[in-house]
Amino acid sequence: MTTALEITKVSKIYGKGDNAVKAVDQVSLDVKAGEFIALVGPSGSGKTSLLAMLAALLSPSEGSIFIDNSDLRKMAEKERTRFRREKIGFTFQANNLVPYLTALENVSLMLKLNNVGNKESIQKAEQILVRLGLEDRLSSFPRQLSGGQKQRVAIARALVHNPSLVLADEPTASLDTDRAYQVVKTFSDLIHEQGRAGIMVTHDLRMTKHVDKIVQMVDGKIVNIISNQIEIEALSANDSFGMPIQIPQNTSSQLNIPLAPPPTVSTPARV
Amino acid sequence: MSFYLSIREVWRNRGRFVLFSLVIALITILVLFVAALGNGLANANRQFIDKLDADLIVLQENVDLNLTSSRITQDKLEDIKSIAGVAEAGLLAFSSATLVFDNGLETLDVSIIGVTPGELGNPSLLEGNPLNNSSANEIIIDNKVADNIGLQVGDQVSLRSIQGEDESFFDLTIAGITDERQFFFASSVIMSLTTWNEVRPQASPAPQSGDVLGNMVAVKLADGVDQSIIEGRLINTIEKIEVADKITVIEAQPGYGPQQATVNAQKGFAYLIGVLVVGGFFQIQTLQKVPQLGMLKAIGTDNRTVGAAALMQIIIVTIIGILIGGIGVFLLYLGIPDSVPLSFNVPTVLTAIGSLLLIGPIGGLVSIRIALKVEPLTAIGLSS
Repeated sequence: MTTALEITKVSKIYGKGDNAVKAVDQVSLDVKAGEFIALVGPSGSGKTSLLAMLAALLSPSEGSIFIDNSDLRKMAEKERTRFRREKIGFTFQANNLVPYLTALENVSLMLKLNNVGNKESIQKAEQILVRLGLEDRLSSFPRQLSGGQKQRVAIARALVHNPSLVLADEPTASLDTDRAYQVVKTFSDLIHEQGRAGIMVTHDLRMTKHVDKIVQMVDGKIVNIISNQIEIEALSANDSFGMPIQIPQNTSSQLNIPLAPPPTVSTPARV
Repeated sequence: MSFYLSIREVWRNRGRFVLFSLVIALITILVLFVAALGNGLANANRQFIDKLDADLIVLQENVDLNLTSSRITQDKLEDIKSIAGVAEAGLLAFSSATLVFDNGLETLDVSIIGVTPGELGNPSLLEGNPLNNSSANEIIIDNKVADNIGLQVGDQVSLRSIQGEDESFFDLTIAGITDERQFFFASSVIMSLTTWNEVRPQASPAPQSGDVLGNMVAVKLADGVDQSIIEGRLINTIEKIEVADKITVIEAQPGYGPQQATVNAQKGFAYLIGVLVVGGFFQIQTLQKVPQLGMLKAIGTDNRTVGAAALMQIIIVTIIGILIGGIGVFLLYLGIPDSVPLSFNVPTVLTAIGSLLLIGPIGGLVSIRIALKVEPLTAIGLSS
């Protein structure tokens, strides 16, 4: 598998001088095409800032990010906008869809933004929506869709233009458990099927059942990476909404994170 | 892409946008009516002077160009005619009287205007014959009076004026009909100076002896001469006169300036209200859409597309509002009585519509700026 995303010693610092806050601290990570990763961690762990940098929405203060061998640091604002349009698929926690466009139009919008013709856009958008079981909801507006259906439309939009990297920011946050599982499973299946690199930010470990790796962040750093499928299954089966991963003693007490049975996880900062 | 987004948003939220277009329509109705009223009031004041085929107006000095205060003699008229560069000149006199009808119609106040038959000041005619006999009791009326009352060339009308302490009635024959020429808010009835001197309101009904005094002399210049040179020549050669062009004289009439200033202020406030209303609506709408705009930018929609979509939406809604307002104005105009001095002409309407088309984008500037400033980071709950 080729490397779709290469993050090297990336840091993000907000503010200056005494007010400076390091949200992401020297993070390195590789994600291969066809690999689906869950980025987990408590609030303030830096996962959203990292996601924003991967989406070319924020510039790293230090380090480099390569997506499909393109260096994000070297891109001007306009270029980054174009890059997001062409190479990145994105689903958000909320406000995913344009309310005045139908499901079909919301998905085809991504292709139209990339100057794909109207007929082809509609055709491709319809194909992926049918694949996601939304064939009878093509003409529905977002307000007429359930939460799960909305997220599936958002997934369709994130994948329809064949991006190199697909990012999902808490895609299951507003869904009930059953729908959340379905959404993540669909996401995972498509990412594996289409050979994209996928990163999902979540605070709910139960949603990591279908990922290839779990990357845990605390205080802006990657503290654990779990790639063993048995461990992943075990963690995702835990019904707690906390972070049942053992983290270094010196930070666990400060963060008040519940401890789980000792993991058998190596801790390389880079995989 | 901008058009695709804006047209779909407007169409699929048409209830809300039509409601807002109706607000713009109301502003359009207000602006067009105020503009037409301003135009109508101006016309009612100045139409006769406007339509005079004259380059300069000569009045008595020290009357602040006030037409009714000015007195000009026949001798002065002859002096004016003798100035090199003056092609034509005619003495005009103004007063007011009332047309009385015996068929039950309401009386009609009119401006009676005395001119010398065959000289400058006689109007062009739509039908009938020009005044050609100073002693005949002939008049020329404007077509608005003719149409409203149902008068024709050859008909006789009765003119009432106060002479001494009594009402005097004069039978006058319609010699011709001219186009609309209002003067001091009344339709014009044009007659020879001799007839005018006989029928005008005056202190004594006894016939006036000597030359008729007029209020002004209309002057037409020879081709190619410099107006300012002739003005100078007139003032330097003839004593106790003042010379001005038509616009200056019109604007100097009592009440004209304040009246137009009032109407223009109303129009200005209507535009200002328009800008604020459009601005407020689109600003609220854009603020409500911030998460959506953030999402659109996060998935790669560039600022140009977002800005152009916002602008197009404003333009579409403004145009719809103006169209509805235009239709509303037309329908209302049909039901408004003639006594309301409304005058719609092409330049006035086009200027008002052009200004209304501008208030949308001007009002929406803040909302467009807000739309452009939305950061894609807002889609994931961050801000730079």
